[in-house]
Amino acid sequence: MYVAVKGGERAIENAHAWLAEERRGDPGIAEMSIAQIRAQLALAVNRVMAEGSLYDPDLAALAIKQARGDLIEAVFLIRAYRTTLPRLGSSCPIETAQMAVIRRISATYKDLPGGQVLGPTFDYTHRLLDFKLAAEGEMPPPPAPTAPASCEDVPHVTAMLNRDGMIQTELRGTATPPDLTRTPMELPANRALRLQAITRGDEGFILSMAYSTQRGYGRTHAFVGELRIGTVAVAMEIAELGFAVDIGAIEVTECETVNQFTGSKTEPPQFTRGYGLVFGQTERKAIAMSLVDRALRWRELGEDFVGAPAQDEEFVLMHADNVQATGFLEHIKLPHYVDFQAELELVRRLRAEALATQEAAE
Amino acid sequence: MTDQAYNFAYLDEQTKGMIRRAILKGLAVPGYQVPFASREMPMPYGWGTGGVQVTAACLTPEDTLKVIDQGADDTTNAVSIRKFFQRTAGVAVTEATTEASIIQTRHRIPETTLSAGQILVYQVPIPEPLRFLEPRETETRKMHELEEYGLMQVKLYEDIARHGQIATAYAYPVRVEGRYVMDPSPIPKFDNPKLSGSAAIQLFGAGREQRIYALPPYSDVVSLDFDDHPFTASKAAHDCALCGASDSYLDEVITDDAGGRMFVCSDTDFCGGRRAGGHLGALGVAGAL
Amino acid sequence: MNPAALEGGFTNAAVQSAQAFRAALEAMARPGTLQPITGAAPPAPMSPAAGALLLTLCDSTTPVHLAGAHDCAALRDWVTFHCGAPLVGARDASFALGTWEAPQPVDRFAIGLPDYPDRAATLIVETTALGQTGARLRGPGIQTTAALSLPESAAFQANHALFPLGFDCFFACEGQIAALPRSTIVEAA
Repeated sequence: MYVAVKGGERAIENAHAWLAEERRGDPGIAEMSIAQIRAQLALAVNRVMAEGSLYDPDLAALAIKQARGDLIEAVFLIRAYRTTLPRLGSSCPIETAQMAVIRRISATYKDLPGGQVLGPTFDYTHRLLDFKLAAEGEMPPPPAPTAPASCEDVPHVTAMLNRDGMIQTELRGTATPPDLTRTPMELPANRALRLQAITRGDEGFILSMAYSTQRGYGRTHAFVGELRIGTVAVAMEIAELGFAVDIGAIEVTECETVNQFTGSKTEPPQFTRGYGLVFGQTERKAIAMSLVDRALRWRELGEDFVGAPAQDEEFVLMHADNVQATGFLEHIKLPHYVDFQAELELVRRLRAEALATQEAAE
Repeated sequence: MTDQAYNFAYLDEQTKGMIRRAILKGLAVPGYQVPFASREMPMPYGWGTGGVQVTAACLTPEDTLKVIDQGADDTTNAVSIRKFFQRTAGVAVTEATTEASIIQTRHRIPETTLSAGQILVYQVPIPEPLRFLEPRETETRKMHELEEYGLMQVKLYEDIARHGQIATAYAYPVRVEGRYVMDPSPIPKFDNPKLSGSAAIQLFGAGREQRIYALPPYSDVVSLDFDDHPFTASKAAHDCALCGASDSYLDEVITDDAGGRMFVCSDTDFCGGRRAGGHLGALGVAGAL
Repeated sequence: MNPAALEGGFTNAAVQSAQAFRAALEAMARPGTLQPITGAAPPAPMSPAAGALLLTLCDSTTPVHLAGAHDCAALRDWVTFHCGAPLVGARDASFALGTWEAPQPVDRFAIGLPDYPDRAATLIVETTALGQTGARLRGPGIQTTAALSLPESAAFQANHALFPLGFDCFFACEGQIAALPRSTIVEAA
């Protein structure tokens, strides 16, 4: 006698209970607090904020804890929460020239106004496992003599270049950028929409796309004109007051690349730009973003489409989102036996007919 | 018991309004894929977020909801989606096709003929029937605009050249009211004839791809074919082992590792109803559900 | 703003808009059928049926055109307060409200784009009588034929000729609606 499988609900409840137990792990080991994750896994928190499109380190830390460290799952938790939040308004554009920088480097000049500020970087660490960190009772290292975050405006390298007309001018738009999370993607996209999609796109995907341009698939000869990390004020126009007030501050990473020049008989040669701006200290993503942005600008800058993946707006924008990608990828583990049965039946029939034809021929 | 922490049927009113407008335009242009600002739902893309959003936009407290996956009410994802709406909308649920006012489905159309007053909501992974022939949205949109469906005909014809017949077993493309070519979602082609002339409203939601489309009742839906290779709705050539039905779509169940297998109805409600009505297949048990 | 503008909205928006939408859905899916729709009590001359449609379908993202006698202070305030919809001219409207005579010529309304036919206006036409007699309707949503008391036939025939472009109509009378999508073939009675 055959009895169809039942009890899906009980199976789901059991799976959830088991998952909760696994998430906590050995109860003999102290539980991690949200504050610990926020403070000690800050770069993971930053990535979840950036790709989750929600600036809230505590929620990102909670999501990381709940997701057992699976950052894409954490991004998904943040996104699902974010989508239920009411939209109270839009902030004014942040002024990154007024950033209180903790790190600011330029690859195009040895020294420059505002100075080179190395900041908290892995760049010159030797990647040797530090077994002291594995020791019990780890004490924080003595505070390093850190330069206080710069309080003066640090001018952008590209602005200095632009003073001589050496780099194309970026016009300041007044239009409210489209909101990718509130309107369906429409192609071709404008640059604001592209940048929005890239900044919340998967770090690994954007990294690989950028890397491919460096290896010749849509090369743009990028110099890091400037990379800066720091805190900027967020202001909002309050209609009742008639002026903008600061409502908080966020940490962002900004990268501006100086790229291959263009020019024509009528226009003298000029460098071009790529731009990256990402929540938190996320410089790999910001640099990658600026390269992908630049590669996608081929049309407006009068370059050829050479068929490189990073130049292909539809390809990049439709595949950058890891929540979409992971959902669709993983959904193939759901039952598909109805469709598989349809294929089975078809292939059996095709084989039977092919074999019959073969036999008849012999 | 409704979860008070969320709005009725989870989505906020502005989101539901946006989805509702898309549904109405979809009904006005049958088979045309209306872009909509799909939201991130608390279940992953690929698990039915499009269907869930359409259902959420349609549900009223008076509704009775049925959710099926692969034709069955007890598949885990069907159970999960049903529970989601019990929790967020407090609606009555049923496994009986005839008792449901809204049926959300993945991969099947119920065997029982649907009636006026019912809404069938399909979960759709890739709404664009031309996508596997032309990956670019910018191109396929133009093809729909210009009714340039030659590429699809070529693909089907190549099947015939290679296999002697059209080698598409599910998600078999259809043409709606002589205008738009439409993906019926990955239902087996056995279900295609049920798309046409149905008394129910059929709505299709693709969350990740941000598209909604619709078939009003009694829409004319034709499976693409050729005069010399007409469409056939095929299924495994067996009767259901449990209820004996010869006209329902069957799951193949492997019963041992020596080639033993049996075929049972994919539509669990249909099969149970037949057995309750005294129909017995080779291995069926009277009255068992 | 007239205090009356604050009255007449849904008292339980989530549930009442869901019920009203189902009426709109059934109407649009089955052209020529009459569907009861309730929950709104807008100021005159808007009918309760039209009010429920606006409350359900309009918000700050859907420009609304008020035509003729419906373009009055009481209704402007009511639509602004309850829907938050921007009030615009015919060409920019997602939704338009008025009697059939008021918004003429109707070819001013958006009919969608060849690649985006969904970007078309929805007209909510107030009528003093709504019945299943008059023009003969055929097409999607109709098993054989239906009949509906349309204000005229020629404009709807012209609109259908644009398919898949064209505007879509609701007809509102007291507490009932009917709909006529662009897909419907209209034959004069």
